[in-house]
Amino acid sequence: MSMRRIFVAFAFLLTAGTAVAQDTGLGKPLSESDIKQWDIAVLPDGSNLPRGSGTPAQGARIFAEKCAGCHGEAAKGGVTPYWPALSGGQPLTNGIDTVKTIANYYAYATTIFDYVRRAMPYNMPRSLSDDEVYALTAYLLVINKLIGEGDVMDAKSLPQVKMPNRDNFIMPYPDRL
Amino acid sequence: MRLWRRRHGAPSLDIVAGNGLVNRRALLGGGVTVAGSLAVAATTTAAAAEPLADAPWSLAVGDFPAPVQTPSSFEKDVTRALSNPNGELRTAHARTPHHRLGGTITPNGLHFSINHGGIPNIDPAEHELVIHGMVRQPLEFTLETLSRYPLVTRTAFVECAGNSAPMFAKEPLQTTVQMLHGLVSNAEWTGVPLSILLDEAGIDPAAKWLIAEGADAQFLDRSVPVKKAYDDALIAIYQNGEHLMPGNGYPMRLLLPGYQGNMNVKYLRRIKAINQPAYSYFETKNYSQILPGGKTWRFHFLMEVKSFITHPSYGLSLKQPGLYAISGVAYSGTGRISKVVVSADGGKSWGEAALQAPIHDKAFTRFVMPWRWDGQPAILQSRAYDDGGNVQPLRAEFVAMRGEASRPVTTPLAFPNQHYNSLTSWSVDDKGEIKHVYA
Repeated sequence: MSMRRIFVAFAFLLTAGTAVAQDTGLGKPLSESDIKQWDIAVLPDGSNLPRGSGTPAQGARIFAEKCAGCHGEAAKGGVTPYWPALSGGQPLTNGIDTVKTIANYYAYATTIFDYVRRAMPYNMPRSLSDDEVYALTAYLLVINKLIGEGDVMDAKSLPQVKMPNRDNFIMPYPDRL
Repeated sequence: MRLWRRRHGAPSLDIVAGNGLVNRRALLGGGVTVAGSLAVAATTTAAAAEPLADAPWSLAVGDFPAPVQTPSSFEKDVTRALSNPNGELRTAHARTPHHRLGGTITPNGLHFSINHGGIPNIDPAEHELVIHGMVRQPLEFTLETLSRYPLVTRTAFVECAGNSAPMFAKEPLQTTVQMLHGLVSNAEWTGVPLSILLDEAGIDPAAKWLIAEGADAQFLDRSVPVKKAYDDALIAIYQNGEHLMPGNGYPMRLLLPGYQGNMNVKYLRRIKAINQPAYSYFETKNYSQILPGGKTWRFHFLMEVKSFITHPSYGLSLKQPGLYAISGVAYSGTGRISKVVVSADGGKSWGEAALQAPIHDKAFTRFVMPWRWDGQPAILQSRAYDDGGNVQPLRAEFVAMRGEASRPVTTPLAFPNQHYNSLTSWSVDDKGEIKHVYA
């Protein structure tokens, strides 16, 4: 085979896409168990929620201790202009600048769990136990009247919480997904 | 109307649209002189010239080069505008001073930056990027191993979805182009195509989404369509030829050309292939939009075709009548800029501006339009078109579709809504003072 033919054959392999993906040896193989500590994203259907549980009453105590310093007593805001109230909210028909809240905006309750676990408290991320995160999530849902005082939040109950704004979203460019 | 050409074949300073817009081909080379064709300029510089003398900096030995050079001491006001200068525990924005820059590449020190959880001080030798989830073999990469791939380079703008948000105000805020539009910048990025790494890990064809997650103190994460990853996504490790700035994602970030800035996840540490979007906090709340009537847009990733005039603009007043260049930047998340038109009479008439080459896909293109200001009031506007057939909407069109803030907007740091891409208008009064107006 001439050098030119070899080159053409090689170029074909390169352009043939995923079917001939080459192992470069540059990526270090891992197992999913190696990644467990990092694998924190929770999906709307509840997949990847951890074990554990929490109640609104437990959450209220944790909130007073670890969250109210910024978000205000009973999550009513007012400490600084930058840290919002976490309860209530106006109807979205009030204007395009309506303040987005858990009650008037979020599509899935799993987002609350996910964000509190990955990013809160702001200056001590990842310091809460999974039980504490479930409890805080339950507390935030109760003060927004989305679950009852006696409801326990865990991997099974949290994805079942019906969020009022869930069916109000439209996608501008569905063909691009 | 072209009356005559000069001997080099360059166009004259013909007026092509109302209020003094001049043929865009004028003064772009070819030895054109302006003598004789600028009657209005005769009123400009009346003072007699001083005899020339040697300046003091020519008469003494100057400074010697520093290991990393910084701009001239006379440029000390060319800085980013900070929303959180005292480092309070909240999001911090740094806005690019477009009215003090030329060309298309944003210098690294002036590239805009938004950090929701502070800027992590990452040791590149310890940073790891993991690709896992719906893949045949989870893989881990480092800056060192990524650097061994044949890297690719491209230019791309990155724009916060909240850029230009003050323009949702019912009344135009009197502030600079930096405060209105400083959350977009443009750089040359170098890195590894994400598709190469996904192929290497063996992504499952059933995976339609990726979670991209950073190593910052929010572990900021966004859901990204796999389709975009295979279109033009990069794991970027260089920015304008040097490793990324800490505020822009050092040592590695996701680059999704044309998609909202927040999705271009910085400090990238993890990509997980999944079968549904994660509805992370930022895609759930901040970066989705309320529409008039109360419906909401989700997954509005595209930063659509847009332009704004940087010179002249608010804060840069005109000293005297005569010739000026109206100049600004145009860009589109849906392709290359194909045309920019400029008006000096508030949109009554338009002239086509010159575009500075090269014109890259999903990148800044600078437009220039010579303009003879006659000393009378004028309203300057630009409007961009891209090669996908998209055009920047007029303000009335935009407001009809997207609405205006219901409450007064008192600061340019506010974000009443997201994804503003309509026109910006600067009015010039008879003293040369420039205001921000809606027209």
